[in-house]
Amino acid sequence: MINLHWLYVLAGAVFAGFAIGSARDETNPKRWGNAIFWLLVMLSFWFGDLIGDLGNGVLVLALVATAGTNRLSRGTSESTSLEERRRSSERYGNKLFVPALIIPFTAFVGTLLFNYTALKRLGIIDPKAVTLVLLGIGVIIAMLTCYIWLRPPPTAPIEEGSRLMNGVGWAAVLPQMLAALGTIFAAAGVGSTIGAVAGEIIPNGSIFLAVLLYALGMVVFTMIMGNAFAAFPVMAAAIGIPILIHSDGGNPAVIGAVGMLSGFCGTLMTPMAANFNIVPAALLELKNQYGVIRAQVATAIPLLIANILILYFAGFHR
Amino acid sequence: MIDYWPLLGIALVVIGFALRFNPLLVVAVAGIVTGLLGHMGFLKVLGTLGHGFNENRYVSIIWIILPVIGLLERYGLQQRARTLIGGIRGATMGRLLIIYLGFRQILSALGLTSVAGHAQTVRPLVAPMALAAAEKQHGKLDEETIERVKAISAATDNVGLFFGEDIFLAVASILLIQGAMAGFGIQLTPFQLSVWAIPSAIAAFLIQATRLILFDRRLARRQ
Repeated sequence: MINLHWLYVLAGAVFAGFAIGSARDETNPKRWGNAIFWLLVMLSFWFGDLIGDLGNGVLVLALVATAGTNRLSRGTSESTSLEERRRSSERYGNKLFVPALIIPFTAFVGTLLFNYTALKRLGIIDPKAVTLVLLGIGVIIAMLTCYIWLRPPPTAPIEEGSRLMNGVGWAAVLPQMLAALGTIFAAAGVGSTIGAVAGEIIPNGSIFLAVLLYALGMVVFTMIMGNAFAAFPVMAAAIGIPILIHSDGGNPAVIGAVGMLSGFCGTLMTPMAANFNIVPAALLELKNQYGVIRAQVATAIPLLIANILILYFAGFHR
Repeated sequence: MIDYWPLLGIALVVIGFALRFNPLLVVAVAGIVTGLLGHMGFLKVLGTLGHGFNENRYVSIIWIILPVIGLLERYGLQQRARTLIGGIRGATMGRLLIIYLGFRQILSALGLTSVAGHAQTVRPLVAPMALAAAEKQHGKLDEETIERVKAISAATDNVGLFFGEDIFLAVASILLIQGAMAGFGIQLTPFQLSVWAIPSAIAAFLIQATRLILFDRRLARRQ
């Protein structure tokens, strides 16, 4: 059965490529720092299950030490000039979109096939890893297409991949680090502490104030944890279920669904949701690492107000 | 009596991010401090951190896409995306991103969340197209506007994903809500929950689309 481990092998190989590509880039003043950083990620993918929790802990410290002491940078060389790219884009025309669209297309067709045919029951792909397996297959097909059609120099994907990867830099492992932080927060009881605090300040009698506190609690807790999934069980147990549903008679489906979506408004406003907010800023080469969050606040706040109104008017029959 | 000490780790994260220390460093320090204050020994904290990191490796798999995207950029993908938009009459940044927003929400609502994303579509296609459209409306863009257009492209992808995916029945967050409620003896079907994700999805579309139209107007006015 194709499971996550196959992908870890593939990802380790790609990161080995990033390490080699970084080490070879002489225009990067800190190329060895970059090479070591991607080498550590490669080790994590290939050997993470063999070195034990403490071994992984040390690996994390090594990653943090490399990034935290400012040992990463990026090269300045571009493999082709803007003029060459313009000419090449004219030569290949709109067909250039085809390899780029292979990856989303594989995800699209693959998901449909998996969910609506017998493929699921055959047990070829681990259901928990379907999305990522399809991503991997899409990448491989797209890469083969590029090689056959464009005939790039053999090392070009490594060079180009490293160029983009070093543009993202340490932000690439931040989402994974934050997930690890979530594990510690859970083990240290941060969630139950926040739930207890929220439970202490419940206003009495006013449904609207209770709704407001529930939604704002979801937002604040989501901003702290970086995702609404960690916040929801805590806020539901502290306010949603005992106060809104049991005491005030709210509609559980509304309280549940719209409570979660209020949390999503928090996700739009926090650097802790790094894969949505910090990583794209790096990927798009923004000067301000909080640029994406800045662009989202003016959507998140009116949307939160809308969610609070939905909670209040649809959640309670008066 | 509530033990408030583990919350200090949260304060460290907020301060560290605000002062713009390296976020990896901030997160590691906050994690270790939180663990120690939560009465875990240092080795236990380090092991928990390592375990959490290892268990969540799947989050970083997305980067295997970069060699393909980089290769296509070498052959002029971004330039092509610009040319394509440049040739469509009436294309504006706002209209382009509103269409993308709608598609992203509908695809996510059908459970096809990974069809698009920052690495898959925003960097290679959406952002260059949005820039080309903005240039058509406005003439040459200053650096601040370029930043803004790119940031709005990424933001539109996020809004479309977050406020589309919960309409799909089998998405993780719906199952989580169902499970959390069931733990308190409240039985809900995924369908009941996903129906109530629709009003927020409509609100999200209207709010983001309004902002995009307003940004379009500002682009046109600054000419």
